[in-house]
Amino acid sequence: MTSGQTAGNGVGQTAQHGTKDRVEARRFWMSVLARAPREELEAVFAGLAACPEHRFLRPPEIGLVMVQGRAGGGGNAFNLGEMTVTRCALQFADGTVGLGYVQGRDRRRAEIAAILDALLQSPGTHPDLEQTVIAPLAAAQAARRDARSRKAASTKVEFFTMVRGDNPK
Amino acid sequence: MYVAVKGGERAILNSHKLVAEERRGDPAVPELGLAQITEQFRLAVDRVMNEGSVYDPELAALALKQAQGDSIEAIFLLRAYRTTLPRIAVSRPIETAEMAVRRRVSAAYKDMPGGQVLGPTYDYTHRLLDFALAAEGETVPEAEQAASPLPETMLPVLDILSHEGLIEEEVADREGEPVFDVTRDPMSFPAGRDQRLQNLARGDEGFVLGLAYSTTRGYGGSHPFVGELRMGEVSVEIVPEELGFPIDIGDITVTECQMINQFKGSAEKPPQFTRGYGLSFGHCERKAMAMSLVDRALRCKELGEDALYPAQDDEFVLSHTDNVEAVGFVTHFKLPHYVDFQAELELVRKMRAEQARVEPQEAAE
Amino acid sequence: MTLAFDSAGLGPGFADPVFDSQSVFRSVLNAVAYPGAIERLAHRPGAPEGLDPAMASVVLTLCDLDTPIWSDAALSSEAVSTYLRFHCGAPLVAAAADARFGLIGDAAAMPRLDAFAMGDERYPDRSTTLVVTVPSLTEGPQRQWSGPGILRRRTVAVAGLPDWFWADWALNQGLYPLGVDVLFACGDAVMGLPRGITVKE
Repeated sequence: MTSGQTAGNGVGQTAQHGTKDRVEARRFWMSVLARAPREELEAVFAGLAACPEHRFLRPPEIGLVMVQGRAGGGGNAFNLGEMTVTRCALQFADGTVGLGYVQGRDRRRAEIAAILDALLQSPGTHPDLEQTVIAPLAAAQAARRDARSRKAASTKVEFFTMVRGDNPK
Repeated sequence: MYVAVKGGERAILNSHKLVAEERRGDPAVPELGLAQITEQFRLAVDRVMNEGSVYDPELAALALKQAQGDSIEAIFLLRAYRTTLPRIAVSRPIETAEMAVRRRVSAAYKDMPGGQVLGPTYDYTHRLLDFALAAEGETVPEAEQAASPLPETMLPVLDILSHEGLIEEEVADREGEPVFDVTRDPMSFPAGRDQRLQNLARGDEGFVLGLAYSTTRGYGGSHPFVGELRMGEVSVEIVPEELGFPIDIGDITVTECQMINQFKGSAEKPPQFTRGYGLSFGHCERKAMAMSLVDRALRCKELGEDALYPAQDDEFVLSHTDNVEAVGFVTHFKLPHYVDFQAELELVRKMRAEQARVEPQEAAE
Repeated sequence: MTLAFDSAGLGPGFADPVFDSQSVFRSVLNAVAYPGAIERLAHRPGAPEGLDPAMASVVLTLCDLDTPIWSDAALSSEAVSTYLRFHCGAPLVAAAADARFGLIGDAAAMPRLDAFAMGDERYPDRSTTLVVTVPSLTEGPQRQWSGPGILRRRTVAVAGLPDWFWADWALNQGLYPLGVDVLFACGDAVMGLPRGITVKE
C-alpha cells in the first residue's frame, strides 16, 4: 500500500522529505501491526527487553469504522457498512504517544500495537525493532498473501481454441 | 392498538430456557465452537456480516450460533449489537482496483489482462450431494498452488471499454461532500445513488435477488453482461483526527460486480454501455450481482428512461429491502391485538346484523 | 514525532469512559428536563488549562465524530483543540453556523445567538447546542424562567452573560420549534436552558 518514498537529495528539501519519510515509515509499521494476529504480537512482545512505563491516554476501546466504497469502483463514495476496530493510545514518560488501531475486538492486540508504535518512534529502539519485530511480521503477512494468491492462480483458466486436428493432449 | 397486559412472565422465562435447550440440541453431540462456524460456515457468516452491516466474522458466527443458524435472526442480533458501539471513523473509500484478487471472472471478455481466475466457486460443481462429507475424519483437503502468484493488482475489466469511450464514465465529482448514511439520516426520495447503494448493500439478499430477476424477465428491460466479478481482500484506511494522515487498519474481504447494460442513447447521450454496481462484504457473489442489476434499474431516471416497473421505483425498492424492518413489521402481527380484534369482531357482527335486517326487506319488495 | 499536534500536554479523559459518560449523560438529561436547576456532575475528566471541567465533561459525553464543534477564541489554544480532537474525535469547524455544538469559554465576548444554526422546519433538532462557561450560576442578575419542566416560575441568576443575551434569547424563544439550546457550565455543575423556556426580568 505504502510506496517507499525516496528522500530528496536537495539540501533545502531534506527536512521536508525527512518528515515525509518518517510518516511513510510509521504508516508502514502501523499497517503491519494492524494485520498481525494476536499470537504473533504476543510472541514479539514477550521478546522485548522491557516494556517502558506508560499511561493510557485512551484505554483500549472497541468501536466501529464506517467503510466506504465507490459507485462503479471509481465514482462517488457511498457507505458500504461498518467494521469493528479497537484503538488504544498511550504515552511514555518522555511524552511519546503510541497509537494502536487494529481490526476486530481484541483489546490486547491494540495495546501491544500502541506500545510497539511508541517504541518504534524512539530513535534509540527503532532500528532494532524494525529488524526484530516489523520485518518478521511483515514477512509472515507477505507469505500468507503469497500462498492465497498462488492458490487462486492455480484456478486460472487456460483457454484453448477448437481447431480441427488441434485438440489438446 | 396495544394494551399493556400483565402476566406471562414465567411463561416467557421458561420459553427462554426451552429455546436454550433446543439450541444446544442433544448434549451427546459436541457443542459448536465459534471457530468452527467462522471456518466451516463462512458463507453464512459473510451473509450475516453483509446484511447485519458489520464486518466482524466472530460476531457474525456468535449471532448465527445464538440464532440456531437463522440468518435473519442473526442479522437482527448483529444490528442490535452494532448500536452499542461508538463510531470512531469513516474510512477512505476502499480501492477495489487494488484488491488482492482471489476470484475474478468476466462474461464480456475472454482474454483480459490477468485472465479468468475461478477461485473458490461452486459454479462448476455438479450439485450432487457429497456423502463423503457425511463421514468425519476425512483427510484435510489441500488446494493446488501455482508456481507464481497472481499480479499484485488487476486492471478493472471495465477500464478496457472505458478507454474506447464505449461505456459511461464513472466520475468522482462529489469529493468532500457529505455521503448519505441510512444509519444516521432519515430516508428521503428521490434517493441519490449513495443512498440507494448503501440500502441495497444491507438489503435482504432474497428480496434484492427477486427484484434483479424481475428486471431481466420483462419488468425492467435489462440486457446485462457481467463485465467483471471479483472477490478478494482490500485494505481499509482511516485518517485518525489525531494523526492527520491515513493509516491502514487491516484487510477485509469484499465481492464486487460490475454489470454492463446496453443503452440505446438519449437526446444528450450517444448509444453506449451503462453501469450497474454491486459491492458486498465477504464472498457474497449472488448478492453483489443482484445489487448491480437493481442499481442499474434504479438509475432509469438519470438516464432518461421511463420508470415503469417495481425495480425502477426507488421508493418501493428502498422501503422494502431491509429484512430487519420487514421482519419487525410482518411478525408483529402475532403480538396481542386483543382489543383491535374485539373491535373488529363487534363491527363484523354489526354488519352481519344490518345485512340480515336489510336483505329480507329487499327480497320482499 | 508525526502526530498532527503537540502531544506533550495531552492528558487522559474520563477515568472510566463508559460509566462516567453515562453518569454525566444522565445529569445533562436532568438539566434539560428541569431548566434552571443546578445539576452537579459526579465525574470530571482530566482537562487542559482553560477548559472548564463541567464543559469538558459535557463535550466528552455528547460530542463525537458526528458533531462538528465550534469554539471561541478563549478555547482555541493548542492544548484545548488537541484535547477535543483526540478525546471526542469531533471535527473542529470555523463557521459557528456549521457546528452542532458551540463551545464558549468567554461568555462576555460570545457571538450573537443568530450566528449559530437554528435547525430547519423539517429537522428542528439540527441546531447548535451552546455550552457556555459562566463564572457563577447563582450570583448574576435574577431572571424569571418559565416553561416546560418548571412549575410556574423559577428564579435563576446566571452571571457573566453579555448585555444583549436575554433580548436575543427572547427572539430565539420566539422561533420555537427552531432555535438554539444552551447548557451553562460552571466548575462541577451544569444548568439547562432549552429553547422552549421564556425568560423575563
